[in-house]
Amino acid sequence: MSPPEVLLRGIELTRRWGGLVAVDRVSLELARGSVHAVIGTNGAGKSTLINLLSGEYPPSSGRVELLGQDVSNWSQPRRAQAGLGRSYQRNTIYANFSVFENCRLAAQARLQRPWAWWESAQRCPASREKAEAVLQRTGLYPMRDRQAGLLSHGQKRQLEIAMCLATDPQVLLLDEPLAGIGPEETDRMLELLAELRPGHAILLVEHDMDAVFRIADRITVMVNGTVIASDTPESIRSNADVQTAYLGEEQP
Amino acid sequence: MDLATFFIQCLNSLQYGLLLFLVASGLTLIFGIMGVINLAHGSFYMIGAYMAYALAPLVASTFGGGFFAILFVGMVLAVLLGYVLEWAFFSFLYEREHLQQVLMTYGLILVFEELRSLIVGDDVYGVQAPPWLAGTIPLGDVMTYPVYRIFISVACLLLAIGMWLVFTRTRLGMMIRAGATNREMVQALGVDIKFLYRVVFAAGVAIAVFAGMVAAPVSSVYPGMGNQVLIICFVVVVIGGIGSIRGALLAALLIGIVDTFGKVVFPQAAGVLVYVLMALILLWKPDGLFRAG
Amino acid sequence: MIARAPLLFVTAAFALLAAYPLVAGEFGVDLVAKIMIYAIFALSLELLAGSTGLVCFGHAALFGIGAYAAVLLSPQNEAAALHWLLPASVLAAAAYALFMGALSLRTKGVYFIMVTLAFAQMAYYVIHDTPLGGGTDGIYLNFKPVLTLGGTTLLNLDLPETFYGFTLATLVLVFCFLALLLRSRFGRALAGIKDNEQRMRATGFSTYPYKLAAFVISGGIAGLAGFLFAVKDGVVNPELLSWHLSGSVLIMIILGGLGHLRGALIGAFAFVLLQELFKSEAIFGNFAKHWHLGLGLTIIACVALLPRGLVGLPQLISQRLSGTRSLRDGDSPDEPA
Repeated sequence: MSPPEVLLRGIELTRRWGGLVAVDRVSLELARGSVHAVIGTNGAGKSTLINLLSGEYPPSSGRVELLGQDVSNWSQPRRAQAGLGRSYQRNTIYANFSVFENCRLAAQARLQRPWAWWESAQRCPASREKAEAVLQRTGLYPMRDRQAGLLSHGQKRQLEIAMCLATDPQVLLLDEPLAGIGPEETDRMLELLAELRPGHAILLVEHDMDAVFRIADRITVMVNGTVIASDTPESIRSNADVQTAYLGEEQP
Repeated sequence: MDLATFFIQCLNSLQYGLLLFLVASGLTLIFGIMGVINLAHGSFYMIGAYMAYALAPLVASTFGGGFFAILFVGMVLAVLLGYVLEWAFFSFLYEREHLQQVLMTYGLILVFEELRSLIVGDDVYGVQAPPWLAGTIPLGDVMTYPVYRIFISVACLLLAIGMWLVFTRTRLGMMIRAGATNREMVQALGVDIKFLYRVVFAAGVAIAVFAGMVAAPVSSVYPGMGNQVLIICFVVVVIGGIGSIRGALLAALLIGIVDTFGKVVFPQAAGVLVYVLMALILLWKPDGLFRAG
Repeated sequence: MIARAPLLFVTAAFALLAAYPLVAGEFGVDLVAKIMIYAIFALSLELLAGSTGLVCFGHAALFGIGAYAAVLLSPQNEAAALHWLLPASVLAAAAYALFMGALSLRTKGVYFIMVTLAFAQMAYYVIHDTPLGGGTDGIYLNFKPVLTLGGTTLLNLDLPETFYGFTLATLVLVFCFLALLLRSRFGRALAGIKDNEQRMRATGFSTYPYKLAAFVISGGIAGLAGFLFAVKDGVVNPELLSWHLSGSVLIMIILGGLGHLRGALIGAFAFVLLQELFKSEAIFGNFAKHWHLGLGLTIIACVALLPRGLVGLPQLISQRLSGTRSLRDGDSPDEPA
């Protein structure tokens, strides 16, 4: 079996806000064909970590390597162009556009052609095709003409993922995609992630423990900005440190 | 520039800066706490100045009183005006978008200007400083400085200290400070937000009116004075940081210095300097010098 | 996609404007020419503030620079060549817009509004206080530009009706250009930036160049309007760069309806006509000199009753008539014009 192809690496990532250390020398790897979950209590630094990886702000120290390149000082759009996709914890969609236009505009990032001012964007074949494909894949195609802001919360979360996929990323950073959605939609989302797994490297920040243990190939546990354990789900389940620090009295 | 001139310009800077601070503090509070951009804030300053002119004969004949009587009557009227205005008009603006607030308060400026025109007319008026403040004090051998300008600085300073005491020592002040940093939280905590807003608004109006009344003998009373001070106050608020009183004070003093010395040293570029200052500060600190608090 | 009703409306409006000089007198032609110039100005701000969400409170500076360029670049003793003077004025305004935008776009929200005001005030004071601008009285354009080919004069803008036609043609061209621009990929990117800039960046759009480009294009069109203004009246003064004008044009597009090109048209007409109405002594007699009062009250009423501006009026009326309220407060999601 060939060694796993590591697509994204965080190396000794640290981020300080004034005197507060939000993320303290965290390292992790995302390999193609795996889902790597990051769990931790609120304030553990998971959001900051994902922001460091996606490029919202640079690390105070440490490196981010994407597909072998050092991207620590690259802006977020540049990393996105290089194959990094990201979904947000709070719905970051174009509320005033139709569902279709949401995906089409996301796909347009790949073929921007801003100088062609006479060409109608709605007739752009490349972005239209991509939007349709992504909508079919996430099951949102029937709703393509509805205004995105009027979707149910679960549908918005799906749209969030769909827009992420519209740029054909190789690495997916998903920030609590299951937040606030019901069991049926959770199943659908996990199915989708399982489908996406073979071709992508997926980082999953989540609170839903059942879902995490169902889908993750690897789990990293963070407390107060540092990693206290990073291993397979079974090992994490029986890890005493993790149980005391995080799972508390809830026995899985 | 010799020492005496320098000293005089320093005093002028202080006086102008403190006056700006008073008007700007009302503006920044209203924006910081209620989230309302009020373009008509300069009009309150103008109303104050015109009140100083118009009330003088009335107060003299009714109370036989002098300067402080006029100030007192003016302040009472201002608080009433602020209270009614908040209840009748501004309370409808809180939920609206900023652009709509801009538009509606711009309309309000026009209305105020015309009402003033109808009531008092469009002429430029002078207001006399009270005789017991109208003298000068000597500075060095040759220069003198008007006592009244020192009075303005002192009055503004006292009012500023009074505001600071209210903010830091009273419950009301605590609620106001909390509201400036986190409006939703204050509401969630069950504070009677409507009353708080009305108080803050009336106070903001009263302070601006006071500034106008007190400045009238020095700046004279003319139709465009409201708009002029408005724009500079927006600059103060933005440099200082929206919602920050401390920032407003620092920014106002800074602008006082730049504007006053600018007029003396670079008379041709004097108008631009304040804006160059603002652009430079914003490019260094895009959110102003201090965040709210 | 341009929906049918707005398209019909705009076409009808342009047709009416074309026919207007046939029935109107000199005063009417002059007034409507002025309104059309403001409409071009308003359209430029609509691109920036309405479509991209960048509320610029200093747009008059770009208008004024276009106007002053037209005068300052014209030779003293003869008419300038139109095909040279017009692009030069537009470029002058676009250049200042590049400078203004490059620095202002580092800030956001209300700070952006104030920084743009600051840069506009800078330009105002340079024109107002330095010999460059001719001081408070302004400067005169001695000869209006002409377009010549060989020895024949094709367009003499000194003639009011030629000027009217030229201005109308410019308005139509600017409108069509912006309509195409807004439906292009570039335009959709601007709409995306306005709706959710974070998502644009997360998808891979570098948003700063887009915003700067919008700023420069908007500035150039504002300069074009300024050029026309200078040519029309033959005189420019520093008040063309004042923040009052910046405020007025902002109010025009809000009054008309943000986010719609025809809103800029409607707003410009409504604003100027309202002013003329309240100034008219025929209706208000002696009170006409207090026309600001009527204007102010009307603005307040319009914002209070028409939250989406005048473009929302047909929908509001049809809702009231049919007794329905739409589920959402918007027209179709992807309609820019």
